[in-house]
Amino acid sequence: MTEILHMLSYHFMQRALIVGVLVSLCAALLGVSLVLKRYSMIGDGLSHVGFGALAIASALHLAPLAVAVPVVVVTAVLLLRLSESSRVKGDAAIALISSSALAIGVISVSVTTGMNTEVSNYMFGSILSLSRSDAVLSVLLSVAVLVLFILFYPRLFAVTFDESFARATGTRAGSYNMLLAVLTAITVVLGMRMMGALLISSLIIFPALSAMRVCRSFRAVILCAAAISVLCFLIGAVASYFLETPTGASIVVANLLCFAGFSLAGMKN
Amino acid sequence: MAILECKNLCLAYDGKMVLEGVNFSLQAGNYLCVVGENGSGKSTLIKGLLGLKAPDSGSILYGEGLKSTEIGYLPQQTQLQRDFPASVGEVVLSGCLNSLGGRLHYNAADKALARMNMERMGIEDLAKQSYQALSGGQQQRVLLARALCATKKMLLLDEPVTGLDPIATGEMYNLIKLVNLCDDITVIMVSHDIHEAVRYATHILHLGQRQLFFGTAAEYRESDLARRFLGGNRI
Ligand SMILES: Nc1ncnc2c1ncn2[C@@H]1O[C@H](COP(=O)(O)OP(=O)(O)OP(=O)(O)O)[C@@H](O)[C@H]1O
Ligand SMILES: [Mg+2]
Repeated sequence: MTEILHMLSYHFMQRALIVGVLVSLCAALLGVSLVLKRYSMIGDGLSHVGFGALAIASALHLAPLAVAVPVVVVTAVLLLRLSESSRVKGDAAIALISSSALAIGVISVSVTTGMNTEVSNYMFGSILSLSRSDAVLSVLLSVAVLVLFILFYPRLFAVTFDESFARATGTRAGSYNMLLAVLTAITVVLGMRMMGALLISSLIIFPALSAMRVCRSFRAVILCAAAISVLCFLIGAVASYFLETPTGASIVVANLLCFAGFSLAGMKN
Repeated sequence: MAILECKNLCLAYDGKMVLEGVNFSLQAGNYLCVVGENGSGKSTLIKGLLGLKAPDSGSILYGEGLKSTEIGYLPQQTQLQRDFPASVGEVVLSGCLNSLGGRLHYNAADKALARMNMERMGIEDLAKQSYQALSGGQQQRVLLARALCATKKMLLLDEPVTGLDPIATGEMYNLIKLVNLCDDITVIMVSHDIHEAVRYATHILHLGQRQLFFGTAAEYRESDLARRFLGGNRI
């Protein structure tokens, strides 16, 4: 216990925990909608685009968030448009964009700075790399996500459950999709600084999947996913501090164990 | 004044015409049955009427101040919804979405309406149950209860009796007719059950990539088209 208190006495740890809890919460909430709308792959695609953007920002000595946030938001909007049009297969488009962005990122890294710690942090994440602007942005993001989920819950449910019904009865489903895409983009950029580009999509997908093993109503799935996500983050973060394992990977393993537990519990019911 | 009028309506997917030359108009309180073979463009027409699909050419006019928030809709069910974690109550209540207006959450009147429509469909005992654990026919009833919640002036149904047992099918047709007559709701229903269609509907629209017939049910009964479509048996 005293060791945990000691851990919390570090200023950077406090900041990391605040950002982490908020981002985990947002990722889980948005994740429920994304998974149910069959958009799970978008998180993965966006993280690779985010990596490309961060790598270029670092090569040009620009502020990382100022470059990555707009690039990823625009990509999210594009991906959404792609998956809505019937002509292009959404999952193939995502795979194309994400590997291209990764390739551009890797090339820009290798011709400029080389594989330094900053770049490796973008790949695998580091809880120590979180800055003051990350903290401010994560507070704003979570306020936006919570407002969306609490105030617009009935509309969000309708749009997630059956978009054409919602559209047909006069709801602007497109705006809600756009809002989801933009918020997901910001979550991914913030989250990948902590989790790494390779692991952030699990923060979006795992809690929703675990919650769906046992919960049978939409409200319960949302509440349960949020709780799982925050808890797994805290467990993973504390474990990584004491066991000196990478933070992102520890959080994913915590989520994996949780998913296994929930799957077993779900099978019994 | 017609509540709905289609003028030379054409609908296409990616430039490929699937339905053309649709001309008909409905008065408030009419009951239109849309019939035709698989792939004849029935669901596409419904999507066009709902504004989910923009017309390629021609026009759809709504009269009598009909707004999209006054239309109830039962989609031909997709795989996507079948495994969705939601309780029956949540799904039915989401039909009240269009009466929210400026409000953020459902009020007591919305919940009462949802409960009444669940009773109508005989699913009030299932309210707390998980939607994905229901049988196909039960899910269909849930979606119908949801559509009824959304219906103020017009109800569009895409194959509402699919997966229902014969008794439930009969009840469903009676219920739809009741809604049509008592609440003066205009009904547009896609159906493969042509015999029931001519029995309950006031008007028939027969499609086959284009409009093959539009008229009253009585006229349809006398037409050659109906005789061929029914396999020679007069109704
Ligand atoms: N999303 C789509 N993209 C491209 N073509 C489509 C799409 N949906 C339907 N079509 C085509 O449009 C035509 C009409 O389809 P529609 O779904 O309207 O038929 P339907 O009359 O409802 O048939 P069913 O009785 O099987 O429900 C079909 O030839 C189909 O191939
Ligand atoms: Mg159809």
